[in-house]
Amino acid sequence: MYESPSWLHELWSAREALWSGFLTSVQCSILAILLGTLIGVVAGLVLTYGRFWARAPFRFYVDLIRGTPVFVLVLACFYMAPALGWQINAFQAGVLGLTLFCGSHVAEIVRGALQALPRGQMEASKAIGLTFYQALGYVLLPQAMRQMLPTWVNSSTEIVKASTLLSVIGVAELLLSTQQIIARTFMTLEFYLFAGFLFFIINYAIELLGRHIEKRVALP
Amino acid sequence: MNYQLNFAAVWRDFDTLLAGLGLGLELALVSIAIGCVIGLLMAFALLSKHRALRVSASVYVTVIRNTPILVLILLIYFALPGLGIRLDKIPSFIITLSLYAGAYLTEVFRGGLLSIPKGLREAGLAIGLGEWQIKAYITVPVMLRNVLPALSNNFISLFKDTSLAAAIAVPELTYYARKINVESYRVIETWLVTTALYVAACYLIALLLRYLEQRLAIRR
Amino acid sequence: MTHVAASTQNTSQALLEIRGLHKQYGQLEVLKGVDLTMQRGNVVTLIGSSGSGKTTLLRCVNMLEEFQGGRILLEGESIGYHEVNGKRVRHSENVIARHRAMTGMAFQQFNLFPHLTALQNVTLGLLKVKKLHKDEAVVLAEKWLERVGLLARRDHFPGQLSGGQQQRVAIARAIAMKPSLMLFDEVTSALDPELVGEVLSVIKGLAEDGMTMLLVTHEMRFAFEVSDTIVFMNQGRIEEQGPPKDLFERPQSPRLAEFLKSTRF
Repeated sequence: MYESPSWLHELWSAREALWSGFLTSVQCSILAILLGTLIGVVAGLVLTYGRFWARAPFRFYVDLIRGTPVFVLVLACFYMAPALGWQINAFQAGVLGLTLFCGSHVAEIVRGALQALPRGQMEASKAIGLTFYQALGYVLLPQAMRQMLPTWVNSSTEIVKASTLLSVIGVAELLLSTQQIIARTFMTLEFYLFAGFLFFIINYAIELLGRHIEKRVALP
Repeated sequence: MNYQLNFAAVWRDFDTLLAGLGLGLELALVSIAIGCVIGLLMAFALLSKHRALRVSASVYVTVIRNTPILVLILLIYFALPGLGIRLDKIPSFIITLSLYAGAYLTEVFRGGLLSIPKGLREAGLAIGLGEWQIKAYITVPVMLRNVLPALSNNFISLFKDTSLAAAIAVPELTYYARKINVESYRVIETWLVTTALYVAACYLIALLLRYLEQRLAIRR
Repeated sequence: MTHVAASTQNTSQALLEIRGLHKQYGQLEVLKGVDLTMQRGNVVTLIGSSGSGKTTLLRCVNMLEEFQGGRILLEGESIGYHEVNGKRVRHSENVIARHRAMTGMAFQQFNLFPHLTALQNVTLGLLKVKKLHKDEAVVLAEKWLERVGLLARRDHFPGQLSGGQQQRVAIARAIAMKPSLMLFDEVTSALDPELVGEVLSVIKGLAEDGMTMLLVTHEMRFAFEVSDTIVFMNQGRIEEQGPPKDLFERPQSPRLAEFLKSTRF
């Protein structure tokens, strides 16, 4: 009698595809989080301290992106970039979409954290003669960063989760690799659960790391 | 760039897009309603005296929150039939989105319940109400009003997440957008209009919900 | 006409000279032409009911508030604005920052930097504004922390200090910058009554050392003891000024008499 190969057997033979998918997922998440945080910090600073005309384009960016589903964002980047004459591959388009998404969230987080600081902090900085940028660098941002850490960690896990959307535009990240294996093995439940488990591990690790850092930098 | 904008193809299918948007709203509404019930039960479980209840609720919240929703959608739609549970696309998606919403709302409700002053419960006891009566007539109504802003934000998130139903061919806005995109090749127009529809819908929902929040808020 | 303090006669050497200071928030005029002169070593206390403009006046001196008319000269330098081709132009941020470093300020709410230790709170300005070497800054900061009686707490964060201790660190932070003028804005108002004394005695010690100080306070007995000149402000103007004994014992203006009567000593 023919015995179908066990799941563990299939898992073992698919290990390389899964590993490379896992790495791709991590890679595009990290890229999007780093670039998005960079954009978000700049946008958040301008939104908090900029004049009206400096704020306007950033406000438009943040509101536009936050009103758009990240899936639509990824699809739009993927389809629109070539139509606009910008030759980027699916991976780049996907990272672009995730970055824009991350940036808009970080912008609001940064703005919220800075605006929540007591006015007296800026005044005391000025009173000892610090310039605006010194006050920002030595006094305001160090405090704002502590405050935004939990939300930022949360955003990072959102990006990791959203990175699965890249499977739809053909980036062989963890979910698409999983789907390809399922198409071959028909072990739908097992492999989806396994993929879900791996994503859970990544996010849970980020969460634990975040909590650890939070404790390390907490003020008495 | 020699791309000529031509919205004719998109306008021709504009009512289809609107119908897709409508379906998305319905999916979000049904899901948040079910999600509220799940969230409320789980929040009480999290705060329960029984360890088993606390642990299972906490596992549910942690697992769902750290798993990409796309994986959940595919898992429930494609893998459950293997276990003999056969669901249509739409019910399957609603179940997923409700479970997803439930995990986030559990956190919201838990926070809301914790922030209710102890005195309220004691005042309830003092006039002779039982524990469940206190929950039904005092704790939950007060808590629900306090968490309205968080509920609104969750609803808008859920509405944006309905775009993912396109991944299992539920005919909502993103599904039609991809269809028009492929059929007409009017790439830029399709995604501009789709994004605009989402942004406008989110904006209007937000306005409506702010208005409702003000109407329902407890006057102080 | 306001009483002219004896010290205003020799204006060429004045440390602080305020002439015709006007300040408004939109339509609301909060300072309606204030003149005030301080010599080195003077201790001047602004008193008056809330809304009289005394805190605003103090905050104009280090440009925490913009002002629309008049001028403030500190050691002969025009604070906040200068004239370019007859037009009033705001100084660049760098110049304003340099001017601010000439004054030190202690706030009602202390405003210590919560992410820095007591020592780091004091060294920040020394390192970044005065550009001192790390070792010098620490020596100086320790000297001033010792002076306010908190050297033992140098590595504590503000959250680990009492209100009175926080305010003393805040004073050390300001004094360590060697300002030519110290501004004290209701520094005891946010403190529990039992913590007021420790802060006032620090300020008194500074006054005895000859520090030039401009204060806003509701502690009338303290103002009486420490000040050379008391300035009574009313509705954005200086109503009366003079030595504490004259002002408290023989108030000329009925409004000052009224104010003194309503204030507990």
